[in-house]
Amino acid sequence: MMGWMAWTLPTAIFFAVIGALLLIMSVLAIRYPETPRMGILRMETTRGDRLFITLLGSAFICLAWLGLVGENLWWVLGVCFVYALAVFRWV
Amino acid sequence: MEKTLNQKAWFLVLPVFLLVAFSAVIPLMTVVNYSLQDTFGNNKFFWAGLEWYTELLHSERLWSAFGRQIIFSAIILAIEVPLGVFVALNMPKKGVWASLCLVLMALPLLIPWNVVGTIWQIFGRVDIGLLGHTLAALGIDYNYTRDPLAAWITIITMDVWHWTSLVALLSYAGLQSIPEAYYQAAKIDQASRWSVFWFIELPKMQGVLMIAILIRFMDSFMIYTEPFVVTGGGPGNATTFLSIDLVKMALGQFDLGPAAAFSLMYFLVVMLVSWVFYTVMTNLDKKAGY
Repeated sequence: MMGWMAWTLPTAIFFAVIGALLLIMSVLAIRYPETPRMGILRMETTRGDRLFITLLGSAFICLAWLGLVGENLWWVLGVCFVYALAVFRWV
Repeated sequence: MEKTLNQKAWFLVLPVFLLVAFSAVIPLMTVVNYSLQDTFGNNKFFWAGLEWYTELLHSERLWSAFGRQIIFSAIILAIEVPLGVFVALNMPKKGVWASLCLVLMALPLLIPWNVVGTIWQIFGRVDIGLLGHTLAALGIDYNYTRDPLAAWITIITMDVWHWTSLVALLSYAGLQSIPEAYYQAAKIDQASRWSVFWFIELPKMQGVLMIAILIRFMDSFMIYTEPFVVTGGGPGNATTFLSIDLVKMALGQFDLGPAAAFSLMYFLVVMLVSWVFYTVMTNLDKKAGY
């Protein structure tokens, strides 16, 4: 089963988390429709936009950590989580 | 903004979603899987963790290719955008000449990329090419296979020749959509040619220019075929841009793991830039009230 597309358990969990996030956001968008709001970037963002900014930004934070600090990514996961909270609160 | 009451229209997006899943999402997932493993072929993979990412982030080779890529994109944008706008401003607005100009401008865009590369590869050759031979006859030492500067000039000139038309055509379309009343008002105010350009034409072209810059940036940032055909990335590594380096790594060396990690980092940069451009463009549209 895991041999297909060279799957591994960590990558499967990674994509499952992303998939679950997308699913939750879709359900939220249907159940609780929202209006875009203006944040510190001076542009209108929806919850989906903020999720995208969070995921893309987190990818860069992880790469910067890998390049500058080292391979232990548990700490940077915390940094990404704080970043996500900041994006959802203020962007 | 009104709240959407009925969400059933989302089902209409389903076919596109499936298509994108098979053409982009599943291959991308495979690349992510490859980027964390090593393989010696035969579909056998070994877990490598984040090794390839760490190695590449400290790799001189990747950073120099990235630097060359940024310099290349910056140079061609700095030439093609002003030149394209200048050409568009000077193109006839109507009549037979306008149609002829449009056809002539569109011609370079219709030529396949590898053919453009071949044309310039031959054109620049010192022994048989018109450009190379003429420059040599004038006593100018020009040889793109030996001199990095000559190789860069050849590739940049080729890209400008190939793609300035796109910027010009988009700018032309933007110019054509400006109502005559603006020009009449400018005439009444006795505005100079420069003022007409700065206060009327340029703001009205803003939207199409953003699209032109986005398209040209993405295309130049992912350029492969043309420099590969002309210089093959040489002399040395002088014109080895990101995609040329990536192909060397993936197909030349068959280092699928590092190549997959490389592709993902490349993809992230492209996605970031696209997002910035998209956001700026949609905000400009909102300001303009579209």
